[in-house]
Amino acid sequence: MRASRNGNIWQHVDWMTIGLFLVLVIFGWLNIYGASYTFDQTSIFDFSNRAGKQFAWIGGSVLMGIILLLIDYRTYDVLTYIAYGAMLLLLLATPFLAHDIKGSMSWISLGPVSLQPAEFAKCIVALTIAKYMGRYDYKIRTWRDLIVPFVLIGVPALIIMVLQKETGSALVFAAFLLVFYRQGMSGYVLWMGVAAVAFFIISIRWGAVALPLGTGSLGIMVCMLLLTAVEVYFICRDHYIRYQALIMVGAITAIYGICLIINIWVPMPFDWISMGIVIALVIYTIFVSLYWRKYMLLILAAFTLFCIGYTHACDFVFTRVLQPHQRIRIEVLLGMKEDPAGAGYNVNQARIAIGSGRFFGKGYLNGTQTKLQFVPEQDTDFIFCTVGEEWGFVGSVGVLLVYLYFILHLIEIAERQRNVSTRIYAYSVASIFLFHLTINVGMVLGLLPVIGIPLPFFSYGGSSLWGFTMLLFILLRLDAARMEQLN
Amino acid sequence: MINDPTYRRRYVISGIAVVVVLVYIVRLFYLQVIDQSTKDQADNNALVKQTIYPSRGLIYDRNGELLVFNQPIYEITMVMREMKQGWDTAAFCACLGITDKEFDERIAEIKDRRKNRGYSRWTPQVFMSQLKKEDIASLQESLFLFPGVHIQKRTLRDYTYKAAAHVLGSVGEVNQNDIDRDDYYTRGDYSGRDGLERTYEKQLRGEKGVEVLMRDSRGRMQGSYKNGELDRTAKAGTDLYTTLDIQLQLLAEELLSGKIGSAVAIEPKTGEILALASNPTWNPKLLVGKERSKNYNALLNDKTKPLLNRATQATYPPGSTFKTIQALVCLEQGAITPNTLYPCSGPGSSPIKCTHHHGSPVALDKAIEQSCNPYFWCAFRDLMQKDNKDIHKPYEKWRNAVMQFGLGQKFTDSDLGEQSSGSIPSTRLYDKFYGPNGWKAITIRSLSIGQGEIIVTPLQLANQAAAIANEGYYISPHLNKNDSMRIHRHNIDIQKKHFDEVKAGMHRVMVYGTGRHYAIDSLHMAGKTGTAQNPHGRDHAIFIGFAPVEDPKIAVAVVVENAGFGATWAAPIASMMMEQYLNGEMKRKDLKKNISERVLNESVKKW
Repeated sequence: MRASRNGNIWQHVDWMTIGLFLVLVIFGWLNIYGASYTFDQTSIFDFSNRAGKQFAWIGGSVLMGIILLLIDYRTYDVLTYIAYGAMLLLLLATPFLAHDIKGSMSWISLGPVSLQPAEFAKCIVALTIAKYMGRYDYKIRTWRDLIVPFVLIGVPALIIMVLQKETGSALVFAAFLLVFYRQGMSGYVLWMGVAAVAFFIISIRWGAVALPLGTGSLGIMVCMLLLTAVEVYFICRDHYIRYQALIMVGAITAIYGICLIINIWVPMPFDWISMGIVIALVIYTIFVSLYWRKYMLLILAAFTLFCIGYTHACDFVFTRVLQPHQRIRIEVLLGMKEDPAGAGYNVNQARIAIGSGRFFGKGYLNGTQTKLQFVPEQDTDFIFCTVGEEWGFVGSVGVLLVYLYFILHLIEIAERQRNVSTRIYAYSVASIFLFHLTINVGMVLGLLPVIGIPLPFFSYGGSSLWGFTMLLFILLRLDAARMEQLN
Repeated sequence: MINDPTYRRRYVISGIAVVVVLVYIVRLFYLQVIDQSTKDQADNNALVKQTIYPSRGLIYDRNGELLVFNQPIYEITMVMREMKQGWDTAAFCACLGITDKEFDERIAEIKDRRKNRGYSRWTPQVFMSQLKKEDIASLQESLFLFPGVHIQKRTLRDYTYKAAAHVLGSVGEVNQNDIDRDDYYTRGDYSGRDGLERTYEKQLRGEKGVEVLMRDSRGRMQGSYKNGELDRTAKAGTDLYTTLDIQLQLLAEELLSGKIGSAVAIEPKTGEILALASNPTWNPKLLVGKERSKNYNALLNDKTKPLLNRATQATYPPGSTFKTIQALVCLEQGAITPNTLYPCSGPGSSPIKCTHHHGSPVALDKAIEQSCNPYFWCAFRDLMQKDNKDIHKPYEKWRNAVMQFGLGQKFTDSDLGEQSSGSIPSTRLYDKFYGPNGWKAITIRSLSIGQGEIIVTPLQLANQAAAIANEGYYISPHLNKNDSMRIHRHNIDIQKKHFDEVKAGMHRVMVYGTGRHYAIDSLHMAGKTGTAQNPHGRDHAIFIGFAPVEDPKIAVAVVVENAGFGATWAAPIASMMMEQYLNGEMKRKDLKKNISERVLNESVKKW
């Protein structure tokens, strides 16, 4: 055991992950050079440009990785809560120390470089969650058990969102939902999360549009009811409930089908019909659930009622809570607004850059769109454009597959842990990477609204690179310790 | 792990990752393989095709003297976005010699989107255009002081001589019609609008080059695309060597000043046009650059119609000059012989009076010399009545013979621009006028002396003189020295001996007859004067001639409108032109002064 502290670590460390890390970092670095490459520029090592700076950051990150691997794994466990407290203080202090960069108050200047504490917060929160949920007496039995973990992720997320005005970085903490799910949180929560987002989109997109099923929110409500019933059918194992859900779907479809046919000759009052259906179904569900003592169905009824409120809440959030620029981004994404010169500019230019790469790409450093700076933020959040343009479909898919393999490999690492805490930490790492990949690439491809979070290892930036390095190498250190514990 | 009830959830989480990546791959496949629109959008974004304009071919005269060339002009453009800090407006205005107020006005004009629709802060906007080298010299030196200001070089036509405006033509901006017809042009291009500039447009314009440049998101140029792989260099236009003799042209135009008329000189053996003058004319520099349209409109509104090229487009009855052809046709078709005599009673002759006093009866040589009207009436009458009473057949035969001289038709193989065809009336015309049997020789007696329905252009007259000088053929008159391949030789089916008779008569005109005052000892000239009857005013003076008689090197036709007798105005001009061309200089300075300073038409303006 003594020996493992110095020599053996290199035997136990997961070299595959380190290899993937290096591949991603180096390929990312090449693309930063491509993205910030202009015509009079010479060297990739020139420290006055971003590729050169990134080279320095990469050097720092490798050094950091080595140090993290050399530290005794127990140190992390010991320092976790202290670090969490310190991190909260730092996050709280940041807005007061920071200078405003594009409306964000998250950057602290340290001499020639600026650091973003939020990038490091992910790692510390992950360690904290892992430590808390990894206690041998901890199990998710009821929702009460999740209160503390939710507070642990909610507090830093709120600070980052409200005080530092970094919505993107704050949203990353939602990745922990996957970890909770793995640890036993009900799948309904995940589903509700997905449903909530879906309903939000539906009510924003079609809330003001007259649908054949009734105007505005009433029609949407019926749609939601329908969706929920379908959802229940697939999720629930109870045959009777599934049967009831099927009846609901059938009934709604039938009523609307008949109404639509009648509508050809006689205009039907769809608003009233929708209202009637909703009320009737809610009453019916409550009655059936109470009579047969199938209380699951009550959730369905309650959810339907909740939806009525939720639709209005969505509207409220959208028009009142969101910032105008965020609202426009969503509207552009949903195709409600065409604004190629304004809010849609990034997305449109990204689409052009990627699309013009075609199958094999234009070749390294030959991308006209990125080279000529048509895509804003092309070396940070929109770095994937450069990949798409210069390396084409082949290169983009290659990068995505490497990431996919990387994430699956992290899950593999997680599952081989005997220490629950390490497994939770590993899942946190995998989830955070997955979240970043999904949001970042989805945004660049125009599938998700523009949320400014970096593509791990690719995007230019020291804080994010170091943050991800820390996240990954602590995992590698803990994973290596698995063998040490065996010994 | 076995006792972990949620163990299987690892697959759900892995599944989410797989689904996300799959969805993104599908999206990438759509964007990069299926959707074709982005390629063009990317090129539109990033690539700018900059046209490189070739320099237009120069135009020379037959002796290699430069007539038309290109002058560089400069345009000052501004990129508003780039002109921020350290901009000294006062210094800038001082460089250009404009006032601050003018500067402000001009800037306001540029920024006014109603007047300047394509305004953008990122792209060059024209601040001042059509500037001479000396105008921008001081700005050029201190250009570095004014970021955002660029000097753009362009070319305009310039002319060595204030001459030959009609022949050379001008260059102007293409219209929609040109763009539709020829892919080569785009809006704002220039092309030859008339004259040689138009006829030889394809030769003179050269070939545009293109430079594919990359433009960044702010509209700034960032160098060439693919190292200039797609670039094409401009090919300069080919120079044009014309048949003109600029000294002769200058003389002709000078002699015509103050008069309405035209003068054409042709080298008979080749059909090369030595001079083609039409007055009123204008200084070709007027139709260049920013003043072009203003000046063009002024010329268009001038009542004397300076834009009309009278040498090729105006038609006149040939008058007595036609007697040369009449003689040839009558000889060839056997109506007369050189010895045939006809009586002349001078002014008392009937049905046509004679305007000259000479002995009677007269033979052909004397008839030409004295331009005896009765002689040619009798000859024409005899020709028309030779075979039978029906005039149609002899008339058609006569008409065909006359048209062999290029009269009544356009020179279709020539490179001259607009031409009138003139007219030798057909039997159909007279049938329509008088009924098929309603006309006889006496009805059309005016034709015998070149009056009446017969009309010709000055160019056709000069060509007629050349055909007589050549004794039986002519080559279509043309202006391009290197274009003889395309030009046809037209043979005239009349025996050479008849030409000898007529040439002898024309020589006598210059020795004893109507043109004798303008003969000079050193040159053997031949000629024929004429007076075209003008129902609207004074008659037009006409002269055709060639020299030297033995081996003609120049054939000339001159028409001076409303000048009365041909001998008085047209003959001296033609005579001086022949002297100038054959001797290389014109020694009769007094005569030249007399003629050129005489204003026959007060409304003729000197443009």
